Amino acid sequence: MTAQDSDLAGPVASTGGGTTTAPGSPVLDVDPGIKTASSPKTAPWEERHTSYDVEAFEVPRGREEQWRFTPLRRLRGLHDGSASVSSPAGVVTVSVQAGFGDSASDLAGSGTRLETVGRDDARLGDGGIPADRVAAQAWSSFDRAHVVVVNEARSDDEPLTVTVTGPGEGKVAFAHLQLRLEHHAEAVVVLDHRGSGTVAANTEFVVADGAKLEVVEVHDWADDAVYVGAQHLSVGRDATIRHTSVTLGGDLVRLSPVINYRAPGGDVELDGLYFADAGQHFEQRLLVDHSVAHCRSRVMYKGALQGAEGGTAAHTVWIGDVLIRKAAEGTDTYELNRNLLLTDNARADSVPNLEIETGEIVGAGHASATGRFDDEQLFYLMARGIPEAQARRLVVRGFFGEVIAKVRVPALRDRLEAAIEAELEAINS
Amino acid sequence: MSTLEIRDLHVEVETESGPKEILRGVDLTVSSNETHAIMGPNGSGKSTLAYSIAGHPKYQVTKGQVLLDGEDVLAMEVDERARAGLFLAMQYPVEVPGVSMSNFLRSAATATRGEAPKVRHWVKEVKGAMSDLEIDPAFAERSVNEGFSGGEKKRHEVLQMALLKPKFAVLDETDSGLDVDALRVVSKGVNDYKASSDVGVLLITHYTRILRYIAPDRVHVFVNGRVAESGGPELAEELEENGYVRFTGTKEEQPA
Ligand SMILES: Nc1ncnc2c1ncn2[C@@H]1O[C@H](COP(=O)(O)OP(=O)(O)O)[C@@H](O)[C@H]1O
Ligand SMILES: [Mg+2]
Repeated sequence: MTAQDSDLAGPVASTGGGTTTAPGSPVLDVDPGIKTASSPKTAPWEERHTSYDVEAFEVPRGREEQWRFTPLRRLRGLHDGSASVSSPAGVVTVSVQAGFGDSASDLAGSGTRLETVGRDDARLGDGGIPADRVAAQAWSSFDRAHVVVVNEARSDDEPLTVTVTGPGEGKVAFAHLQLRLEHHAEAVVVLDHRGSGTVAANTEFVVADGAKLEVVEVHDWADDAVYVGAQHLSVGRDATIRHTSVTLGGDLVRLSPVINYRAPGGDVELDGLYFADAGQHFEQRLLVDHSVAHCRSRVMYKGALQGAEGGTAAHTVWIGDVLIRKAAEGTDTYELNRNLLLTDNARADSVPNLEIETGEIVGAGHASATGRFDDEQLFYLMARGIPEAQARRLVVRGFFGEVIAKVRVPALRDRLEAAIEAELEAINS
Repeated sequence: MSTLEIRDLHVEVETESGPKEILRGVDLTVSSNETHAIMGPNGSGKSTLAYSIAGHPKYQVTKGQVLLDGEDVLAMEVDERARAGLFLAMQYPVEVPGVSMSNFLRSAATATRGEAPKVRHWVKEVKGAMSDLEIDPAFAERSVNEGFSGGEKKRHEVLQMALLKPKFAVLDETDSGLDVDALRVVSKGVNDYKASSDVGVLLITHYTRILRYIAPDRVHVFVNGRVAESGGPELAEELEENGYVRFTGTKEEQPA
């Protein structure tokens, strides 16, 4: 068994603690989460079943492992079939451009294209199968799907921007998007979600043998929006995926990425950044399913939370399930989640789970830490003349730095940094 | 010519069993170009004095004054004190993950100088100051104090002093945990800054060892939250011989 002890001392959790005796040291709230052999509960993936059919799933009541953190009342009926009855139907629009931001332009050439297809398109489902009722509801309900096909090795300098816009306030939509990289294709993609409304969606990332996808999935929804999405990542032989998930806006955003390795040699990095304000519920549920040999996974999610006095708490949930099945010899995996509580009235749930069915692995480990904003760090920076607001920005930027540094689209990095600063300004003003 | 005056300073901390008074009436005046050693046994309140001057929120001043050229330091925020010319080299420097030393130093210099230093000059200045303290340039890209050894942290405290150019520097046990080589380098850093400026230094220490490198003009014996006796450098020699026993009435604390 090469599983290593969980590394509980994160930057947030350890700073101050080891280096100074002054109080204000961060509160540790750690759930190491390793399931031991004697654990009476079944692992989440043991209860997990998959189906395209919404009726194959019971209506969640809130006690189920999959749903216990989600405020079902705020799902506007996505989970019990009532959504399309209570809200008028709308559509999610999808557009694709070459480049990002000001420099984006229409697609040229035939190596990359956007298709709008019917439900019977044979490619749909290549990424994976719904594993919860809302994803199955989305699958059962969408009308037309969007497929973005990349059949070329695109230059890093020209990312694709896929913009997904919600149906509008008060409307509900069921969406299906597939991002498809053919053999040895390469692309950097910004998948930018914005707008209003209620959305249930499946997003497939189908990455063929030898292909290389870097995708930043941004959820920057308007305040009213509810988005519940399942991400199905299919990793071909020797394929590489770098997936960065960014959640900044929305009333409730729940994302459930599943990694399906199709053949040996797959290499996946999942990074995440989320920043929840008062009243927001941001939930991330990851399943990395090491079902074949010699694949690698790295997970690093970081979240910041700031509640408001007297208001509804900011709430984030991070569940990181990593399964190493019997056949998955030579697996190399590590996952980490850190949360920074900037204010009171904020709650971060963090549950890493690592289940190992074979001892023949390269490595497996996980870490989780949630800590308060460290006043000792603030004091140290201010004692060097740096004003408080700037000192806070430095610390929070530093906290997210590792995640943002890996985003290879400079204009997007700038946007993310600006978004974080804007969030911080909200508490400093 | 500047003056830092501490007058009848009383400070308490919050403990589980209520507030506890730690400083019980400290009187001390330091002028530009002077170096005052503050020597005292562990737990006598030396760090409390240092933190109170810097404005750490944990310490409550219940009585007394701290004046910098007549200005009320206690009314200033922590960052204002630093910009007014006070510097504290901490006994336990804090790690700030994800913030690079170079970004931190530049932010601090911009704040204390009132404008961003010109990039070319700044790079040269930092390089020079780092090399004076025998700090590997690679540290510039590391996170502030993260994973630094005790000696590396202390060198970086002195580096910050050299770059921020305070009027008064409080050095809280900057010598503790240093081997002889590091002590020599750090002391040279302090002496170089003294020579190139009018800085007044409050050198807090438990041991007389550093006083062989940094010569004090005045020595204050600090016991039980106040200055028990003040004198010239000869007082340090007496402490070296006899320890704090004359002041504490016990034999436990032996400076060496
Ligand atoms: N938060 C605290 N709670 C209780 N006692 C404290 C606290 N902080 C400091 N003290 C006590 O105050 C005294 C002085 O501490 P300190 O200023 O660190 O001394 P020195 O630096 O001289 O060793 C010690 O007895 C210490 O235990
Ligand atoms: Mg001390």
